Formats: sequence, C-alpha cells, structure tokens
Amino acid sequence: MGNITTIAKRELSAYFASPVAYVFIVIFLLLTGFFTFMVGGFFERNEASLTAFFLWHPWLYLFLVPAVGMRLWSEERRQGTLELLMTMPITPWQAIVGKFVASWVFLGIALVLTFPIVMTVNYLGDPDNGIIVGGYVGSFMMAGAYLAITCLTSAITRNQVIAFIISVVVCLVLILAGWPPVTNFMTQMFPDTPSLVGFVASFSVMTHFEDFQRGVIDSRHLIFFLSVMGFSLFSTAVVLKSIRS
Amino acid sequence: MIKVENLVKTFGRKKAVDDVSFTVERGEILGFLGPNGAGKSTTMRMVTGFIPPTAGKVSVGGFDMLDNPVGAKKLIGYLPESAPSYPDMTVLGFLKFAAEIRGLSGAEKSKAIDRVIELCFLQNVIHQSVDTLSKGYKHRTCFAQSIVHDPDVLVMDEPTDGLDPNQKREIRNLIRRMGEKKAIIFSTHILEEVEAVCTRAMIIDRGKVVANGTPAELKAKSDLAGSVSLKVKGIGASVVRGKLDALNEVSKTTTVEETDGKVWVRAFPKDAPKNGEVSEAVARTAAAEKWDVVEVFTEQGRLDEVFWNITLSDTDQSELSKQKA
Ligand SMILES: Nc1ncnc2c1ncn2[C@@H]1O[C@H](COP(=O)(O)OP(=O)(O)O)[C@@H](O)[C@H]1O
Ligand SMILES: [Mg+2]
Repeated sequence: MGNITTIAKRELSAYFASPVAYVFIVIFLLLTGFFTFMVGGFFERNEASLTAFFLWHPWLYLFLVPAVGMRLWSEERRQGTLELLMTMPITPWQAIVGKFVASWVFLGIALVLTFPIVMTVNYLGDPDNGIIVGGYVGSFMMAGAYLAITCLTSAITRNQVIAFIISVVVCLVLILAGWPPVTNFMTQMFPDTPSLVGFVASFSVMTHFEDFQRGVIDSRHLIFFLSVMGFSLFSTAVVLKSIRS
Repeated sequence: MIKVENLVKTFGRKKAVDDVSFTVERGEILGFLGPNGAGKSTTMRMVTGFIPPTAGKVSVGGFDMLDNPVGAKKLIGYLPESAPSYPDMTVLGFLKFAAEIRGLSGAEKSKAIDRVIELCFLQNVIHQSVDTLSKGYKHRTCFAQSIVHDPDVLVMDEPTDGLDPNQKREIRNLIRRMGEKKAIIFSTHILEEVEAVCTRAMIIDRGKVVANGTPAELKAKSDLAGSVSLKVKGIGASVVRGKLDALNEVSKTTTVEETDGKVWVRAFPKDAPKNGEVSEAVARTAAAEKWDVVEVFTEQGRLDEVFWNITLSDTDQSELSKQKA
C-alpha cells in the first residue's frame, strides 16, 4: 500500500508540475459547459436535472481520457525510467495500480470541479440530488474504464500519439456497441436475433452508464466498469512483462 | 553478496549473454570490461532484475531474483546505462521519490538526501527540473538515486560515461571509497578505469567471459608480461639477440630500437615465467659478455593489451571461420 501511494503521489505531482494539467482542466470545464448549455439544451429542457450534462460524458471522455493517460507507460518506456521503476523494490502490480490511481484521481478532480453546475441547477430549481450523485458515480467509473484501456495501450508503445489513437478507437467501439443509432441499425439488420444485439450492447459503456444517469447505482454496472479496469490493468501487467523479456 | 550462475540471455536467435558466472563479495569491486554490444548491460539488467534470464540464476544477499525479487531489489542500488530520471521532476523531488520508494521517511529520509546531494555535488541544482540539467548533472542525479538508501550492492552501468575528466575522477574515487563496504559491479569500456578502481576485472566479449582475474593477473596475461628489455651500448642487435636466443629461459627476442650505437632488445620468457628468472639470465649473460648495459627492466603487461589481444584474436577467428564458410 505504501508503495502504491508513493508511486501515485509522484505521478499526480507530475501532472500538476506541468501546465498541461491546468490546460486540460480548463478545456474539460469549457467543453462540459458548452455541451451542457449549447448542445444539450440545458435551459430548453426546462427541468431541474443534469441530464444534459451527463449525456455528453461518454463522448467528452472519448478524447479527454486518452489524452490524460497516453503518457502513463509510453513515457516511462521512452525515457528509460521503466528500468528504474522495475528495479525498485516494488512489484509491477504496485506500479501499475499506483500510476492508474493517480490519473484516475486527476480525472476525479476535474470532475469535482464541475460542481458549479450542480449549484446552478439547485439554485434554479429543485433537482433530485440522488440522481445527480448517481450520474457522478457512473461518470467517474466510466472515466476509470477508459483510463484503464489507455493504460494498456500506452504500455504497448513508446509513442504517446499512437497510444492516444488506439485508445480512442477502442473506446469508440465501446460507445458505439450500445449507441442507439447503432443498436437500432443492428436490430433492423438482425430482426430475428434480438439477443445478439443485446449481447453486443452489453459490452457498451452507454448501456451501463444509462442507469447511473437515472440515479440507479446497480452492482451489475459497477461490476462491468470494474471488470474493464481489472482486465485492462491485468493486460498491462502482461504487456510490461513481455517487453521486459 | 551477488551470486550469478550460468547466466544466459538470448534475443531471438542472438545470444547476448552466454554462460556468465561470477560472485562479488562485500569489499569487492568487479569491473566489466568489454566493447560495445559485448553484453555488459544485458548482464546487469538480469542482475538487477529488470529482465529475466533465459537460463541461469541470480541471487543477491541470499535472495533469489526470480523467487523473491522485492527482497533482492531492496539491497541493490542501480545506475542504468542511460542514467534515466523523470524529466518533469526537480532534482530534490526525484531524490525524495527514490528515498521514499526505498522505504525511507522522516528525518532519516532528509539525512539520506542531504548526504547524496553532497556526495554527488548537486547543491546548485536541487530545485532545478531534471530536463533542464546538463548531461553531467543528469548523470549524477541518477547516480545519487542509486545510493540514496546506502545499498549493500551497487550496480553501475558505465558510471563515468559522458562526464568530464574531473567528474570522472570524483566518481571513481567515490566508487573506490564505497567499495570498501559494499559489493559493487560496474561496467566500462575504459581500460584505465578498471585498473584505477577494480579489485577484480572480467573481460566480456560477445556475451562470453574471455578473461577473469585481478587487474594484476590480467595484466600478466598480456603478451609483453614478463618480457625483459635490455638496453646496451656499443654492440649490434644481432649479436645480443643471438646470445639471448641461446638461453634456456628465453623463447624469442625482438629488436625494439637500434640507434647510433645503442640497442634495445626484448627477450620473451618461455611458458609462464617465474619471478625474475629471465631477467636474471639476461643479466648474467650481459655480465659474462661484458656488455655495456644501460638498462634492464621487466615489463608489467598493460591491461589494455590483454583486452585488445583477446578481443582481436576472437575477431580474427570469426573472420577466418567466415572465410572458410
Ligand atoms: N532488448 C533487446 N533486444 C534485442 N537485442 C538486444 C536487446 N538488448 C540488447 N540486445 C543485443 O544484445 C547484445 C548485447 O548488448 P548490451 O548488453 O547492451 O552490450 P554492452 O552493454 O556490452 O554494450 C547487443 O548485440 C545488443 O544488440
Ligand atoms: Mg551497455
């Protein structure tokens, strides 16, 4: 545990040591504002809820999370610090978890900084704050899943840009598998096998994020996101082991 | 402290390290000497647990590197060849991180950091970020990281590479001083470094250990080792060589120099020379022949000759086998 904390602390301070962290947070806040108020029709909905806010998170994260995570392992490899890290008296798993947790906390900080929107909606009306909490939990879990995938892709290559692109593609697939236009299309294509469409959609973050937005924190959805994280981080360990041999 | 048995590493079909064994005890400094691509770094990476060996065993302080990597790694300080460090951290931040991950905290940690900052002459740059440092400072920062926990075992891959002559000397002195209480391995392609620092040297070429011993022992293996030089006046080289060639103890002679009335002849011993045998015989002959002797001395082989002879002869052999094939 101590080692994980030490690794996470270093990683997190590395984020804030460069202006990139602040630029990222500003962009994140601007984009969430833009999507919520301009595209999502926050006011037009005329309801006291954050539906318009959470609706866009799967798409926002599609680019922002890979941008945060792409350097995690590719930089260690490129700078040669992987050799230092892996000869320190820690297990590879501690390093992987420590680095992941740091980036996840960073994303959490960005998410927490959207609190003015919660205050706004509470000021304007009388929203169900339980639903809002559910939305935040779901959003944070989804960010963790994207991040773990990025963790894996950044272990595969020394090149951050390649890690970014692969992550975006993988996360996009995880969105599209449950995106209504795609599922509707699939239902038309395979009208006889609704179970297939359901099966494909069950791998989508959209499917699992939906209930959270309604304020339902269902253990199945939590397990889905945690499984994506567990699987990706475990694969990261396998990749790191193979590049060291 | 360090025990390495029959270490092998293959990359694809290429054998980078081929059956290397050695032990290093506390108080010893083992130098790895070899040309680029010899397998020095690969060996060190296996000793420090960065990469697993294809075959063979590494144990450090009794901990097997495969069975108990964390236990073994606790005892080791490692300076990789490229001396990496996190570019976005300050020197102080980086050293704090290294100390913490080595289990130091509180006053002990600050003391350890102060100590390495002083040892590695980093006072002027502690608040500077690593990516703005010059190569020498960067190198010393990583060096400081490797000794912050005062490890029993120190593995350093080309620790003086890229330093200016003054820094080189300081680092060598530091290694020598630390070697009194630690088990140290370091690699280099600089020959004087081995002579200046090591208690033992291993010459590695194409993954194999081609020579192993104290710098003095390796020196003695050199071609010139034990040869006796004789400088005389007023006589021809051919006469001198004729008389010396006739001696039982002498295998052959060469003329090093022949200038106006002064000759310098070298007599090589047969087999392994016993101390002073050849020089005694040469001196006796010179006395009997009443030569006007200017100087007699025995050559101590130089390590770089040992080194180059071994690597060269191997190259010749592989060239030959290539031609045959
Ligand atoms: N990760 C690797 N993959 C493939 N070949 C490697 C790898 N690391 C080292 N080698 C090869 O192994 C040989 C030994 O390299 P190295 O140990 O770095 O030599 P040295 O440190 O003595 O210069 C070289 O021929 C090098 O090309
Ligand atoms: Mg090397």
